[in-house]
Amino acid sequence: MDRLAGAGATLAFRWLLWGEWRRHPGRVVLGVLAIAVGVALGFAVHLINGSALASFDRAVRGVNGSADLQVRAASRLGMPDAAYPRAAVVGGVVDASPVVELPAFVRGERLTLLGLDVFRAGAVTPSLVGVPAEGQEAAVFAEDAVFLSRGTQAALGARAGEEIVLAANGRTARLRVAGAMPGVDDDRRLAAMDVAAAQLRFGRLGRLDRVDLKLAANADPGQVRAALTAALPSGATLSSADAAAESGDALSRAYRVNLSMLAMVALLTGGFLVYSAQELSVARRLRSFALLRTLGLPRRGIIAQVAVEGLALGMIGAVLGLAGGYGLALLALRLLGGDLGGGYFQAAAPVPVFAPGAALFFLALGITAALGGSILPARAAARAAPAVALKNAGDVIDPRSPAPWRLALLLFVGGAWAAFLPAIGGLPLFGYLSIALLLAGGIALMPWLARALLDPLSRRSIRVPAVDLAVRRLRGAPGQAAVALCGIVASTALMIAMATMVASFRGAVDDWLGQVLVADLYLRLEGGGSLDPAAQAQLAAAPGVARIDFGRQSPVLLDPARPPVTLIVRPISPAAAQGTLPLLTPVAPAPLGAIAVWVSEPAARLYDLEPGEPLALPLGGRGARFVVAAVWRDYARQHGSIVIDGADYDRLTGDLGRDEAAVLLRPDASRVAAREALLARLLPELRTTAAMAEPQQLRRLALTLFDRSFAVTYVLEAVAILVGLAGVAATVSAQTVARAREFGMLRHIGMGRRSVLLMLGNEGALLGLVGGVAGVLLGLVLARVLISVVNPQSFNWTMATLVPWGLLAGVVVALVAAAAGTAVLAGRRATAQDALLSVREDW
Amino acid sequence: MTAPSDTSPLLRVSGLAKSVGSGRLLFAELSFALAPGELVAITGESGVGKSTLLNVIAGLDRPDRGEVIVETTELGALNEAALTRLRRDRIGFVFQAFHILPYLTLRQNVALPLALAGGERRTIEARAGALLGEVGLGDRGDSYGADLSGGELQRVAIARALVHDPALILADEPTGNLDPETAERVLALFARSVRGRDAAALIVTHSSAVAAVADRTLHLTCAGLRAA
Repeated sequence: MDRLAGAGATLAFRWLLWGEWRRHPGRVVLGVLAIAVGVALGFAVHLINGSALASFDRAVRGVNGSADLQVRAASRLGMPDAAYPRAAVVGGVVDASPVVELPAFVRGERLTLLGLDVFRAGAVTPSLVGVPAEGQEAAVFAEDAVFLSRGTQAALGARAGEEIVLAANGRTARLRVAGAMPGVDDDRRLAAMDVAAAQLRFGRLGRLDRVDLKLAANADPGQVRAALTAALPSGATLSSADAAAESGDALSRAYRVNLSMLAMVALLTGGFLVYSAQELSVARRLRSFALLRTLGLPRRGIIAQVAVEGLALGMIGAVLGLAGGYGLALLALRLLGGDLGGGYFQAAAPVPVFAPGAALFFLALGITAALGGSILPARAAARAAPAVALKNAGDVIDPRSPAPWRLALLLFVGGAWAAFLPAIGGLPLFGYLSIALLLAGGIALMPWLARALLDPLSRRSIRVPAVDLAVRRLRGAPGQAAVALCGIVASTALMIAMATMVASFRGAVDDWLGQVLVADLYLRLEGGGSLDPAAQAQLAAAPGVARIDFGRQSPVLLDPARPPVTLIVRPISPAAAQGTLPLLTPVAPAPLGAIAVWVSEPAARLYDLEPGEPLALPLGGRGARFVVAAVWRDYARQHGSIVIDGADYDRLTGDLGRDEAAVLLRPDASRVAAREALLARLLPELRTTAAMAEPQQLRRLALTLFDRSFAVTYVLEAVAILVGLAGVAATVSAQTVARAREFGMLRHIGMGRRSVLLMLGNEGALLGLVGGVAGVLLGLVLARVLISVVNPQSFNWTMATLVPWGLLAGVVVALVAAAAGTAVLAGRRATAQDALLSVREDW
Repeated sequence: MTAPSDTSPLLRVSGLAKSVGSGRLLFAELSFALAPGELVAITGESGVGKSTLLNVIAGLDRPDRGEVIVETTELGALNEAALTRLRRDRIGFVFQAFHILPYLTLRQNVALPLALAGGERRTIEARAGALLGEVGLGDRGDSYGADLSGGELQRVAIARALVHDPALILADEPTGNLDPETAERVLALFARSVRGRDAAALIVTHSSAVAAVADRTLHLTCAGLRAA
């Protein structure tokens, strides 16, 4: 084995590496920063996601206690309390605790009210049991005693012995604070009272929301589950804390994966930037490497040197990136919350927890990106014949050499193939693979594209020599254009793809809002309040009201491992469905005796439903049969929604209450007067929780929320673009400075400095134009994959493509301006040297 | 055609032939030898293959026919790694364009062949410092190439070519970038250093001044080598 491959030559490597870095510190800093930014973004997004999920998990377990298994009501209507004795006697269950669980309001603060049997809960979920405060021991079993978690006490400022008014399920009750819930985390807002008292005071007589179960140590969970499933009444499902946490994970998984992918874009762009820098550095040092080969450094020594440079850049960048990522996660969690504005984890208040495994992963990723960006130029440097390289000054350009395209074609075919493959585990992994392959194909096609775009120009007779030379040089050296542009083309293409997807999504949501918000006024009761038929009649008779449709929305669990779907109760009939909902399919006739329901597009995709197919809904007992009448477009509920006619719902559940209304006013009615009249007709206790809005307000609010949830994606895109632009600036500048001798020669033969600068400006502009066109074309292709593959597979909804032409034009103009400006600035430096000195055979 | 030597030669070239990519024959049946302490100049018109001959002797290019023996090693039998080792250990180079790495100090530039061979830092820097002293630049070890004139740069290149005590030194137009006076001083130094070490040197040149310093001059034409 050659001694050079061993440790003996490390001194030479150290000299060469340190010497190069000392000579070009700016390039080192740029390379390190590019990797650091990418790693920081990726690590920050990972930490934020992990912290949010951990917090959500804690929240779930905080409310559920530590039960081994739970029987849960599938809908807000609860389940018959017979579920409790049935579950308690199943073999393998050693104890069972009946629970009422209701969303509640106290002094305007949201919290969860738990009704517990203190003895049973003490055995099954002891962390949920309240402890009486000093002097309140006697009140423990009082019907109005309530225990508050520390988080609730802090939010309400309530002390032991104090009286509070608690609203839940449309009822209010005066309760006395009897003590705290020390087993519950500080950030959870819970209240606990006796289960029977909760049923009595909040209209849940004979109903339970869950039964917590403790299993025998030797029980087989599979057998217990099977026995429980057989014993459960209709409307009840089995669940565990793990399943609930899994459902929380599913809630935002696609959004989080998309954010992670965007962060990876920044890292990828950083990798390309390192590639550009190393490629240029290698081209500049070809003769140095040739000398080293002549002096006895083997080929792999050259590869090792360039690779070690990339490795060092990657290591420094990645370590800085990890530190930056942690800081960024801290800041983002404080400013935007655990879902970065996505709106998934509103109750969670996460703190970032350093994840050593993930840190190692991102460290490796950063180093790999930098190393990957160095290996190709290193191999090219090692392949160069030393004798030729020693003689040649600068780059060898042969305009007759063909621009490669075969690899690009292969990558495009692979990308197209991957786009047609299905999601894996609900994630569009093949969609992302398709994007990666298409992106790589687009970048591999850059030299061919540059030549194809410049060919027509080079055939024309251009009278201005500065422009003519610019066109001919770029056409003759398309590989150099590709090196300069690969980073920016990657980031621009992905940015345009994301922007097109977001613009299409926003446009689609805007259109959809126009279709669904057809009433003049919308009324909604918060905090579980409900309008009984009498209250509904009162509102319908209010002055100015032409028509009022009452509705109710409540979660329904179809699959314990998925988030619940939303059941929407409203007046609807197969004949009038087209005018009521934005239908995506024709209405299928319901078989005799079956109840028609309308499922949203996400529900249809998630649960594999087609019009005319039966659907199992936990409503109205086991005898009720439901059939999908049609699929409709819904952008508001990612996890699916099902519309059922109000009359069918009333008949099946006996629940005649409604908590929302869409009001059509008479043409001559005043909106203000109508609002006041409607509010005046509400019961006093409901007025405080009633919210009224006009469609414009709702539309504005929806679009504001939309923009907020995509704000982080804009930031990540902007960072990727900035990294890419920095790459263009650095590369164009380095390429220009390296051509000082060429400019000296041009000035010798009579080209003025201004003409040289004009030539460089034109070269830069053409380069920017080629990059812009490539980025836009590639971006539009990637947008198709995002819109037609990634989006439906991630979020389960489809949309029409809407191209943001203004943005596209802006990006191209910015690129042209940046490349031309940088080229001229660098050219000023390169031409500032004396023309005589520039042509000297020296380096 | 060759200058026979009483001692065993450091370089022996026999029946060497080489054509370029287009099939044009550059030279054929070249044979000559270099004895220890001998300086041989090779002259010839541009494009006749002088530099190619040097590259073939250095193992940077392969001949079509013939053999090159450095000391006792026949280059044709060596693979690329062995050729690399041979260049590193037994051959020194001096170029027209100096090729001093601008980002290394002069001492590091001179010490580079020893560093590539895996030497210990203190030893090789001391050795490089001594060689710099020998070429009259002992106090410039910490300077960079940008601080030096062409003549000084070529003296550094000579020090680098000698630092590892090579048997054979190959020089391609070593004075091509220097003015006549500087060229004369550099040549004298070069000749003194080579002869003082009993090494052999082959110098490709157009310069009559170089030829005057050499022990022999061989003129390369398309018909072959002849003594000038």
